Amino acid sequence: MKLKPNIATSENGFIFNPATGDSFMANVMASEIVNHLKKEKSIPEIRLLLLEKYDVEQQQLDRDLDDLLQQLKEANLLD
Amino acid sequence: MITMEKLKYERPVIRKMNTGLMNKFGTRTEFEPVKDIDGVPVKSLIRQFGSPLFVLSEKRIRRNYQSAVRAFNTRYPKVQFAWSYKTNYINAVCKVFHQEGSWAEVVSGFEYRKALGNGVPGEHIIFNGPDKKPGDLLLAVENNSLIHIDHFDELFLLLSLCKPLNRKPRVAIRVNMDTGVYPLWDRFGFNYENGQAWTAITRIMESGKLNLVGLHCHIGTFMLSTSAYAVAARKLCDLASRCKEQLQVAVQYLDLGGGFPSTNTLKGSYLPGIDTVPSVDDFAEVITTTILDYGFRPDELPLLILESGRVLIDDAGYLLGTVIANKRLSDGRRATILDFGVNTLFTSFWYEHKISPAQDFTHHTEDMVLYGPLCMNIDVVRENINLPLLEPGDHVVTHKVGAYNMTQWMQFISMRPAVVMIDQGGQPHVIRKAETLDYLQVPESMPDHLK
Ligand SMILES: Cc1ncc(COP(=O)(O)O)c(C=O)c1O
Repeated sequence: MKLKPNIATSENGFIFNPATGDSFMANVMASEIVNHLKKEKSIPEIRLLLLEKYDVEQQQLDRDLDDLLQQLKEANLLD
Repeated sequence: MITMEKLKYERPVIRKMNTGLMNKFGTRTEFEPVKDIDGVPVKSLIRQFGSPLFVLSEKRIRRNYQSAVRAFNTRYPKVQFAWSYKTNYINAVCKVFHQEGSWAEVVSGFEYRKALGNGVPGEHIIFNGPDKKPGDLLLAVENNSLIHIDHFDELFLLLSLCKPLNRKPRVAIRVNMDTGVYPLWDRFGFNYENGQAWTAITRIMESGKLNLVGLHCHIGTFMLSTSAYAVAARKLCDLASRCKEQLQVAVQYLDLGGGFPSTNTLKGSYLPGIDTVPSVDDFAEVITTTILDYGFRPDELPLLILESGRVLIDDAGYLLGTVIANKRLSDGRRATILDFGVNTLFTSFWYEHKISPAQDFTHHTEDMVLYGPLCMNIDVVRENINLPLLEPGDHVVTHKVGAYNMTQWMQFISMRPAVVMIDQGGQPHVIRKAETLDYLQVPESMPDHLK
């Protein structure tokens, strides 16, 4: 699961795909995950980091991570 | 040991940004959570009475009624409203309107009997509709109600029914006409343009058995054109003046029907209803000036009757509900499943109902489809809506659902929910209980060989 290499992201959740000209707004959680992906962290790594930091059940997080990856795929942001 | 407190979590989402123009989801609405109805917390209403739940604001109903009456009686000396029962015939609702001074407008035998049961004097019940059974007509004649004749077969039926009686029923005819708004509702009543209405009037007069007291029309519902009402009022005035000149009858009232729109947003419109629909004052202005300018003798100015339904109650009704689940569709769109669907919220076939979250949320929003709980593909509450993130168990408030839902709802797969009315002091009262399996099976019976 890798982000396309040329995707630009900003601190405040802005995501830009220069190849298509599409831009997206991510909420805080999505933005953090996208930035981890950008640094080529794996999903299991990201999962552990988030579980430690946020007040969330593991099961919930797993479902939401799957869902976010689906959104990124639909948005043409994944390789 | 010191443990760091964990941060508040939110479901991760991204949203595509649209530069410039409106997309099919319409303009971004400014969301406000709606946490209470007339001061009563949504959470406690649902805890107490269940979900989904219809909630009506008595205060709002009374205000709507009073301001509609004011719109007309500040412009015209003789005005009477008649509550359109089919819009919402829960007895408590009808009673509020009757307390405010409204007559009853009914379109079936059972509605007629409901009106009597609610204490409406027979002479203040208007009986409309194409399906009046002989027994219903006799009851209406006995009670001296206003019978609005819909077709020739009904006219002849009424004449034969009142032959053995020595009473002259009070009648009007329903007139349909071209008001410049299409499609024409020409299936109800007698047509104006082709002379049918006039034929009906002369038949009534020739019979000597009926007392022609009024002329009625109801040109459509959710009418967005005020000028259509000017045309309708003018055509009824023309008929009334012909009655006077050629038949020497002074018609006592003109009934312009209902049809004023609520501020809901019709499916397919680009702008929210609140920005586009004319107000009751706008309609009152064209109707009353048309009649006043027509030239009736002051002592023969007809009573103006209105049978408004939706405009008086739509925005006084709310449907509270709960999120069951979220899922993502094959094309990537988010779908949220609610515990109410088109069976409960019938008007979602016509309206893009405004739906608000009932709790706090972060600023992030998503485009989504809202589904009901039925195992039916047509069960869509909103095809496209932009809402903050909703989680299972969250509550939503659907706005402007007071008209036609609590009469057209279906018991299909799930049962009809309870209806609560919040009185003017902020006290909720159950005015219709949630249906139960026992209730549902009362009319059923089992043949012996299947027992
Ligand atoms: C004869 C008649 N009067 C009044 C009404 C109430 O209409 P509305 O709710 O559009 O005001 C209706 C409803 O269609 C009707 O058929």
